[in-house]
Amino acid sequence: MSSDKINADKLTGGAHSPLRRKLLLGMAALPAIGLLPRGALAQALPTDAVNTTKLAVTDSTVKVGILHSTTGTMAISETGSVQAEKLAIAQINEMGGVLGRKIEVIQEDGASDWPTFAEKARKLLVEDKVAAVFGCWTSASRKAVLPVFEQYNGMLYYPTFYEGLEQSKNVIYTGQEATQQILAGLDWVTKEKGAKTFFLIGSDYIWPRTSNKIARKHIEMHGQKVVGEEYFPLGHTQFNSVINKIKLTKPDVIYASVVGGSNVAFYKQLKAAGIDLNKQTLMTISVTEDEMLGIGGENIAGAYACMKYFQSLKNPNNEKFVAAFKKMWGGESVIGDVTQAGYLGPWLWKLTAEKAKSFDIDKIAAASAGIEFTGAPEGYVRVHENHHLWSKTRVGRARTDGQFDVVFETADLIEPNPFPKGYQ
Amino acid sequence: MTRTPNSRFFGRLDGDIAGILLLAALLIVVLPLGLDIFRLNMVGKYLTYAFVALGLVLCWGSAGILSLGQGIFFGIGGYCMAMFLKLEASSPEATKIQSTPGIPDFMDWNQLKELPWFWEPFHSLTFATVAVVAVPALLAFIVGLAMFKRRVGGVYFAIITQAFAAILTILIVGQQGYTGGINGITDLRTLKGWDIRTDEAKLVLYFVNAALLIGCILLCLYVRRSKLGRILVALRDKEDRVRFSGYDVANFKIFVFCFAAALSAVGGAMFTLQVGFMSPSFVGIVPSIEMVIYCAVGGRLSLLGAVYGTLLVNWAKTMLSESFPELWLFAMGALFIGVVMVFPNGLAGLYQQFIAPRLGRLRPRSGSGAGAPIIPPHTAAD
Repeated sequence: MSSDKINADKLTGGAHSPLRRKLLLGMAALPAIGLLPRGALAQALPTDAVNTTKLAVTDSTVKVGILHSTTGTMAISETGSVQAEKLAIAQINEMGGVLGRKIEVIQEDGASDWPTFAEKARKLLVEDKVAAVFGCWTSASRKAVLPVFEQYNGMLYYPTFYEGLEQSKNVIYTGQEATQQILAGLDWVTKEKGAKTFFLIGSDYIWPRTSNKIARKHIEMHGQKVVGEEYFPLGHTQFNSVINKIKLTKPDVIYASVVGGSNVAFYKQLKAAGIDLNKQTLMTISVTEDEMLGIGGENIAGAYACMKYFQSLKNPNNEKFVAAFKKMWGGESVIGDVTQAGYLGPWLWKLTAEKAKSFDIDKIAAASAGIEFTGAPEGYVRVHENHHLWSKTRVGRARTDGQFDVVFETADLIEPNPFPKGYQ
Repeated sequence: MTRTPNSRFFGRLDGDIAGILLLAALLIVVLPLGLDIFRLNMVGKYLTYAFVALGLVLCWGSAGILSLGQGIFFGIGGYCMAMFLKLEASSPEATKIQSTPGIPDFMDWNQLKELPWFWEPFHSLTFATVAVVAVPALLAFIVGLAMFKRRVGGVYFAIITQAFAAILTILIVGQQGYTGGINGITDLRTLKGWDIRTDEAKLVLYFVNAALLIGCILLCLYVRRSKLGRILVALRDKEDRVRFSGYDVANFKIFVFCFAAALSAVGGAMFTLQVGFMSPSFVGIVPSIEMVIYCAVGGRLSLLGAVYGTLLVNWAKTMLSESFPELWLFAMGALFIGVVMVFPNGLAGLYQQFIAPRLGRLRPRSGSGAGAPIIPPHTAAD
C-alpha cells in the first residue's frame, strides 16, 4: 500500500499538493497502479531522470503555461501570440512531443494588468509547476513577472521586440532587442534616402524612450541631426501639434514608435494634414501587420517598418507557417513580427530540452546558448549566450492591402546586444 | 426595566465583537491552516483591499460621501513603501552595471544622473512609514477642505475624486524618470535586509496584515460607536438639520475622508510589501471603482461585510479567471449586476435578512435588534 501511495504522489505532483482535484485524480489512479506489472513501474524511472525538480512532467505528458492578456486593452495585440504558441505546440505534439511527452497547455489571462500577470505567473510556477511559460507582451508585464521567474526558477519565453537593458537566466527573448531592430534600419535609410535629419516621435514609456535614445546616439554618431523628439501618453489621439512641428522642421525621416490605438489617430491625422508617405520618408518600429488592420492600409501605405519578420517573407518555412496558421485560425488572420516570435518559443524550448535531455530549468537555461532553429519562419535563428536571438533585420514598405513589401534585409544575422556600449 | 441606550450599546458591541472574533479566527487560524503559502499570499493581497473597503464603509456607508478615488490613497501609500524598498534594492553594488550606480534602475534608463530630492528622505524607514499615512491624509485634507468647505457633495464630489484619480495616473505615467512610469516600481527585494520574497516572509507579512486589519476594524468600530459616528450618520440622512444644530458639517466630512484615505494607504503599503511592486494600475479610475464594488458587494453599512465582500469578489475573480480565461469578465459583470439588482445591501444585508433572525430565535434573550445596525428603510434602498 505504501509503495502505491508513493506512486500516486508522483502522479499528483507531491503529497502536499493542495488541489483537491489533483488529489482525487491521484486517488482515482491508485487502483490502476495496483494492476500495473512490475516492468511498468520500472519505466517510471526515465521521468525522474529528465525531471529532478518536481516539475509537472509524467511519463506521457509535460505541462507548460501560456500567459497573455486575453481580456483588456492588450488582448488585441496578444491574441496573435497566443495563437502562434498554440499552433507551435500542436505541431510539436503531432511530431510526438518533447522527449516523448505530449505538451499540455495551461492558459492564464494576464488581463492587461501587471499585478495579475505576476499573480498568474506565480500560480503557474508554484501550483502548476509548469516546465516553461510562453508569454507576456508589454515591458511592464515582463518587469512584473521577472522577479517571480527568478525567485521560483521558472523559464519564460518572451516574444516581443523590446528595449533591452535586461538579461536573465530565466528568460529567453525571442523578439529583437532595441539595437538589433534599430541600427540596421537607420543605416539603410541613411544610405538609401540620404537622410540627414530625423524627427523622433513615440509613446511615453520605457520602450520608445530607450529606443529613441539608442537611435539618437546612432544618428549623432554619424554626423546627422535630430530635429525633434516628442512623446505622447499611451492612448493619446491628438497629434496635430506634433504634425505642425514636423511640417515646420521638414525632417528627412520621421522615426515613429507610437504604439497601440494611438497609431490609428497618428497615421490618419498625418494623411489628413497632407503629408504623403510616398514623398515624406517615415520609418516605424512599432507597426506590424496586426496594427495595420486598425490603421487601414490606405492611411499608412508607403511607410517603412523595420523589424525582423513580415508575413510576406518569401521562404519555404514561412510559406508553410502562414498556411498552417491560416488553417488553424482562419484565412482572415494576419501574422505580425511578435506573432512569429511567439511561434519560435515552444520550438526553441523543445530543441533545448532535447539537447539538455532534461526538463530541469537549470539545464534548459544552460543548454539554451547555441540552440539553432532552422525551421523558423523568419529563417535560421540561433540563441546567443545572453539568451537573446541572433536574427536578421528587415525593412518592409507598407502596401494598401495591409501587407509589407520586403525591400531590404541584412546579409548576416545581427548579434543581440542588450547592454550596448556607447548607446546608454 | 426599560433598555437604556447604554445597555443597548453594549449589547450591540457584543454582537460586533463576536463577529470580529469570528473573522479573526478565520484569518489567523483557519485560512493559514487550510491554504498553502501561495494561496495564503493571495488572500493577504485581497485583504489589503479590505482596508480600502473599511474606509469606504465609514466614508460612504456612514457619512454618505461616495469617493470614486480611493485608489489615489491606496496608490500613494503603496508608492511611499515602494520608494523605500526600491532605494534599499538599488545599492551601488546591486546596480553597478548602470551608467549611474546607486539610483533605481528605471531612473538610469531615463537618463537621470542623480536621485531626485523628494526621493532622498525615503532612505529612512521611519520617514517612509510616517509618509505612508501622512501624505495621503494630507492630500485628502486639502481635497476635502477645498470641496466640503464649499459644500460640494454627492455626485459632484464623486466625479471630482474620479478626476483626481485620472490626474494622478497621468502624472505617474508621464513622469517615468521619477516614478517608474507605467511599469511602476518593480523588483523590490528586502526590508532592512530581510528578504520579503521568501515563503517565510510572506507568512509573517500575512499575519502582520491580518492583525493590522483587525486593529483597523476595531478602530473603525470605535469611530462608529462614538458620538462622532452618530453625527456622521445624521449628516448623511439630514445634513441641513445637523448644520442648523450648530455643527460644522464640513469638518466632520473632512475628518472621515482623511480617515478613509489613511486606511486605504495602510492597505497600499501592505500590498507593496506582499506583492513586491507598485504600479499606476492601482491608482486610476478603474481600480478605484472596483474598490467601491468590493464595499458594495459586502454591504456598505457593515464593516465586516466589507471585508467578506472584498475576499469574495477577489476570490471569485481569481478562480473564474483561472478556469475560464476568456469568459471570466462576463461572469464578474453578472455578479455585480446581480448584487446591485437583487441584494442592494450586499452580503451583510443577506446576513441580516436570512441568518440573523434565525440566530435571534436561538437566543431570544439578547433582544431582537442585536447585531443589526440601525438602517432607515429609505437609505437601505437608495
